[in-house]
Amino acid sequence: MTTTDPAEMAVQVENVSLTYRTTFERVPTFKSALVRLGRGERAVKQVEAIQNVSFEVPHGSAVGVIGANGAGKSTLMRMIAGILPPTEGRIQVNGRVSTLLALGVGFNPQLSGRENIVLGGLAAGLSRKEIEHRYEEIAGFADLGEFIDLPMRTYSSGMHGRLAFSVAVHMDPDILLIDEALSAGDATFKQKAAAKMKELVTTARTMFLVSHALKSVQDLCDTVVWLHKGRLMMKGEPREVVVAYNKFLKVGEDAFSLEDL
Amino acid sequence: MNATRLDEDFTSSVHVYEPHRKGLPRLRPYFRALWERRQFAAEMSRASMRAANTNTVFGQIWLVLNPLLLACVYFTLVFILRGGNAGPDFFVHLVGGLFAFFYFSGALQTGASSVVGGGKLLLNMSFPRLLLPLAALRTAFFRFLPTLLVYFVLHFTFGQRLHWAMLLAPYFLLMLTLFGAGMGMIFATIQVYFRDAASFLPYMVRIWLYMSPVLWFPEVGIGRLESKFGDVGEIMYANPLFSILGGWGETLVRGEVPPLGMWIGAAAWAIPVLVIGAIFFMSREREFVVRL
Repeated sequence: MTTTDPAEMAVQVENVSLTYRTTFERVPTFKSALVRLGRGERAVKQVEAIQNVSFEVPHGSAVGVIGANGAGKSTLMRMIAGILPPTEGRIQVNGRVSTLLALGVGFNPQLSGRENIVLGGLAAGLSRKEIEHRYEEIAGFADLGEFIDLPMRTYSSGMHGRLAFSVAVHMDPDILLIDEALSAGDATFKQKAAAKMKELVTTARTMFLVSHALKSVQDLCDTVVWLHKGRLMMKGEPREVVVAYNKFLKVGEDAFSLEDL
Repeated sequence: MNATRLDEDFTSSVHVYEPHRKGLPRLRPYFRALWERRQFAAEMSRASMRAANTNTVFGQIWLVLNPLLLACVYFTLVFILRGGNAGPDFFVHLVGGLFAFFYFSGALQTGASSVVGGGKLLLNMSFPRLLLPLAALRTAFFRFLPTLLVYFVLHFTFGQRLHWAMLLAPYFLLMLTLFGAGMGMIFATIQVYFRDAASFLPYMVRIWLYMSPVLWFPEVGIGRLESKFGDVGEIMYANPLFSILGGWGETLVRGEVPPLGMWIGAAAWAIPVLVIGAIFFMSREREFVVRL
């Protein structure tokens, strides 16, 4: 990897690790805390979500992030978005970030799609005026018809996804983080979304796309990052990484080493 | 979705994220980001209020209906069950105190659940988390405003007059707000670590109501305490709501200037609790995501 002027990079991730301690119980309660206290146990467990990952991404690239469940893909996205601070290392992000990390985020199901667009935009740090400007564009792209004025509890999951995607891409981001957001949309919308993402990348925006759909990752991205159990396995040409990843899946972890390639 | 644009932690174009110890975030950019997103907190609070009554027939009228019905319940309690030996000023005092107390308990309880209830939002966006309890505070305040209207109707219906001392009541309302905000932040943080706190809270609130000068006048409470245990009336000031709600009742209901102790007591509790609550919350907020 050649060293470049930091300002030209959209995202720089340097030796980043994230370990966190969590309790065994899914939801911590007083009772279990007392029982543990009685037994003299400590219920903390170290989770090493990301281990010593480094990479750089220049402006205008489309980065696919692949890996098995629990590989740390979503965690990495959250760290780039500034939601989770790293335990070690340093992340520098040059530009405005817009994230689409899970379906229906920040959306209140009792309110209409229209009201939720305003809520989502304000949460993203836009002013009321800016949202009004973009409103038609967002609603038009989501293409929900009369549903836009109905409460969101009446929406299908595909409609949720469409609205969320539409809000995220119209926030005028420099860096867009998308986490498996397209799985719920229908074929027409997927095509439309793919076109929109390509358009963003050609205007020198940067996109991160987390997906299990290797085909669309290959189509949309010019770089692919492969994570496994919190480690960076490979970063490079989409085709090469996807081939390696597929081989890894078939052969299994033990029999696999990158030198075989 | 989340477009950040601040200088450091939340704005501008360059963000650097590095490890943090359990310290505070840099306060200047933090509060600037908080201020810039105030509209979001306001909209979230408005949205939750709109959403709360969308499925009911009366809709937003419930905001006035609730305190009216509550006043009816206590009217029954005071004039029928107690045999009517309490004066009308007592009823007005009771209602005024109750409405203020419910404002406080609303701020405390919605504030306490704001972080745990905001799960998905927290997991997917980066914003100053203090916006969550503050939005809850705003909700509680706007639920309180219509009750104030109901109060004034009752105030005049029961033959109370306007006093110039009523102009002093906003001081105690402000202190109640600051105190409620601080307590909301403290319990919001505690609830992330111990979910059971949510179940204890209603009982704590109920006991607190009986220990505060709502169902009794401040001097009567002190008198009763002193007749039993000797000269220990000052101990009442250990309850923050004694000064705050006591002063509120004295100024608003009786039109009297409360004793100096209540003025000092109210501020001496409210301001430190707010500062400590905010510091406690901010020092922990970056851990919230892994704890949810």
